[in-house]
Amino acid sequence: MQDLRVQFATSGGTVTAVDGIDFEIDRGEIVGIVGESGSGKTMTALSILRLIPEPGKITSGRILYGEKDVVEMTDEEIREFRGNEVAMIFQDPMTSLNPVLRVGFQVEEAMAAHARFTRDQAKQRVVPMLQRVRIPAAKDRVRDYPHQFSGGMRQRAMIAMGVSNEPSLLIADEPTTALDVTVQASIIELLRDLSRELRAAVILITHNMALVASLCNRVIVMYAGRVVEEGPTRAIFKNPQHPYTWSLLRSMPRIDETAKERLISIKGLPPDLGKMPPGCKFHPRCKFRIDRCFTEEPPLDEVDPMQRARCWVLMKNVPEPETKA
Amino acid sequence: MSAQAAPTPATDPTLKAPLVRIEDLVKYFPAGGGLFGRTVVHAVDGVSLAIEAGETLGLVGESGCGKSTLGRVIVRLLPATSGHVYFKDTDLTKVRGEKLRRTRQEIQMIFQDPYASLNPRMTVGDIVSEPLRNFGVARGRKAEQKVQEVMRVVGLNPNFVNRYPHEFSGGQRQRIGIARALVLEPTFIVADEPVSALDVSIQAQIVNLMEDLQAKYDLTFLFIAHDLSVVKHISDRIAVMYLGKIVEIGTSNAIRDRPLHPYTKVLESSVPVPDPDLESARKPILLKGEIPSPVNPPSACRFHTRCPIAQQICSEVEPPLEMKENGRFAACHFPGQL
Ligand SMILES: Nc1ncnc2c1ncn2[C@@H]1O[C@H](COP(=O)(O)OP(=O)(O)OP(=O)(O)O)[C@@H](O)[C@H]1O
Ligand SMILES: Nc1ncnc2c1ncn2[C@@H]1O[C@H](COP(=O)(O)OP(=O)(O)O)[C@@H](O)[C@H]1O
Ligand code: SF4
Ligand code: SF4
Ligand SMILES: [Mg+2]
Ligand SMILES: [Mg+2]
Repeated sequence: MQDLRVQFATSGGTVTAVDGIDFEIDRGEIVGIVGESGSGKTMTALSILRLIPEPGKITSGRILYGEKDVVEMTDEEIREFRGNEVAMIFQDPMTSLNPVLRVGFQVEEAMAAHARFTRDQAKQRVVPMLQRVRIPAAKDRVRDYPHQFSGGMRQRAMIAMGVSNEPSLLIADEPTTALDVTVQASIIELLRDLSRELRAAVILITHNMALVASLCNRVIVMYAGRVVEEGPTRAIFKNPQHPYTWSLLRSMPRIDETAKERLISIKGLPPDLGKMPPGCKFHPRCKFRIDRCFTEEPPLDEVDPMQRARCWVLMKNVPEPETKA
Repeated sequence: MSAQAAPTPATDPTLKAPLVRIEDLVKYFPAGGGLFGRTVVHAVDGVSLAIEAGETLGLVGESGCGKSTLGRVIVRLLPATSGHVYFKDTDLTKVRGEKLRRTRQEIQMIFQDPYASLNPRMTVGDIVSEPLRNFGVARGRKAEQKVQEVMRVVGLNPNFVNRYPHEFSGGQRQRIGIARALVLEPTFIVADEPVSALDVSIQAQIVNLMEDLQAKYDLTFLFIAHDLSVVKHISDRIAVMYLGKIVEIGTSNAIRDRPLHPYTKVLESSVPVPDPDLESARKPILLKGEIPSPVNPPSACRFHTRCPIAQQICSEVEPPLEMKENGRFAACHFPGQL
């Protein structure tokens, strides 16, 4: 993905939801995209499938899948690409399943829709697919309706539909946000296993930093439609350079905290995309800002061979940041 | 009660001055469409608890286990099916008339969804001052002053009194809900998932605000959430709920470090931490099966259908919620063995 920009023409003017995003993902890799709601995570993911809702548009950039540019694909090509190469899993499995059709039939339909299988093959594969996503007693449950499934089972069924065609890219947008922690844990294990079994690239979109730590090789942190930091998971968690990443990691309570420490909160709110502040988009909330931050937007620069951050200051240059935050 | 009766969580001898005591509280809902038309949802099924004055008691458990229902029965938004809720010395399930009104003033609730819980057609000023009017505490200038004061306390600009809820962000709306809960100067607040709907950076603002308010006004909190990390952070003690029953109670550190009940252990092991090194070592204990229906809860120990260490006895004899050590209660035949 190179210099991707997604804009919405609204009554209040043009809103830039995603501004100049670059990233790469390889087979077998799990990349996390984190950020607050409205930071552009979903739009970034949808643009890979060219599924940006009206009146949104990809106004610049390239999305290369192998040699092909998704932005330039014909309607025929994009349909094939969506059907055969990519699977997307959404937050709320209930709204994506048809309530009046049996779960097994919906999985079958999903497979039959792909050119790869005949109707008979699709039928044969339903139970193995449900087993693959670890739905207990899958044989007995194929004839159930979605409402007879628990939230976790519905999410599994959605994943089964997504991966039934052995995609090489799996995009999971907040796949566990609506689920209980015990169920979340099992879905995360499932995604981990599937990425290995399918050797697929996985993009996990979430606002939960801890999930990223558990599953991802690489992390992209988004703020106000921009990538503000990216790098290997370990570097991002152990050595965050952008003040937003640094604060985010300290703003969430940790179950392993020993003494009760006050949470570091980020004051204020993310900016309204229609009324972006000048300079660094984070400066109204940043505790480490300098004069330059008010007027000039920093580029996403290398801070380490593998790590990039969009900041004039960088946390490594702030002595004792805790005392300032 | 006889002198030698075993302590229940409601009579926990390690508590000094319980503000709220809940005894054998039951709340059933009629379940529609039962085969014989008489099935019930066992939403809260015999809960005993005490909440110490000035403490935060956390209540955790999976979706549908009865947390919100318990909270709503405690503040009397819902009538109890049976059992007692003592606030100071008043039984809230029995009290009526003037005494009820005075007691209710001291008990407030904060809701999960800052979008749904505020009337969209009322201004912030009207929303926050409504309890003052309802309880005839203050009106006119005095009410206005009080509203401005609490808005300042929760970090809202008092100039916004004439705005409507949709003009505020989620975090600000939650502050409006908190302002409304504070305006009657309560002593006890039930907060039902007050931060679950908020972004991480905003969650921290609200958690810090609640801690500050507690210190400033000596508040007692029942803090309901499904996120064990948040509950662990804010609570002095934690009660763990499963299918309508409390299965374990203890101090937050004890609950995390030495869970006695297998379900607590499972919950604790499922929570990810934002540290890749620790995460690569963490092994969540995955539960088999699903949470059973509260219409037909399993016999005896309700967790036996999913418990990794269940034995024969677990489906035959219900383990009582007993004090296993000082201030530690657990309902399990094999505590601490998972
Ligand atoms: N008015 C009602 N009528 C019938 N059943 C109800 C009613 N309210 C709640 N229930 C049922 O009671 C049980 C407990 O619900 P409750 O809302 O207390 O759960 P909870 O622990 O707060 O869950 P969550 O974490 O999803 O908020 C559930 O099975 C629910 O479906
Ligand atoms: N149909 C639309 N019209 C105008 N703006 C939109 C539309 N859909 C999304 N946006 C804006 O694009 C931004 C990014 O949205 P999204 O990618 O969904 O965020 P995230 O997934 O990070 O929560 C948000 O500010 C959102 O309001
Ligand atoms: S560029 Fe300045 S305002 Fe922006 S994050 Fe860095 S220090 Fe803060
Ligand atoms: S009583 Fe038995 S089934 Fe219940 S939690 Fe304890 S060991 Fe598990
Ligand atoms: Mg989204
Ligand atoms: Mg609830």
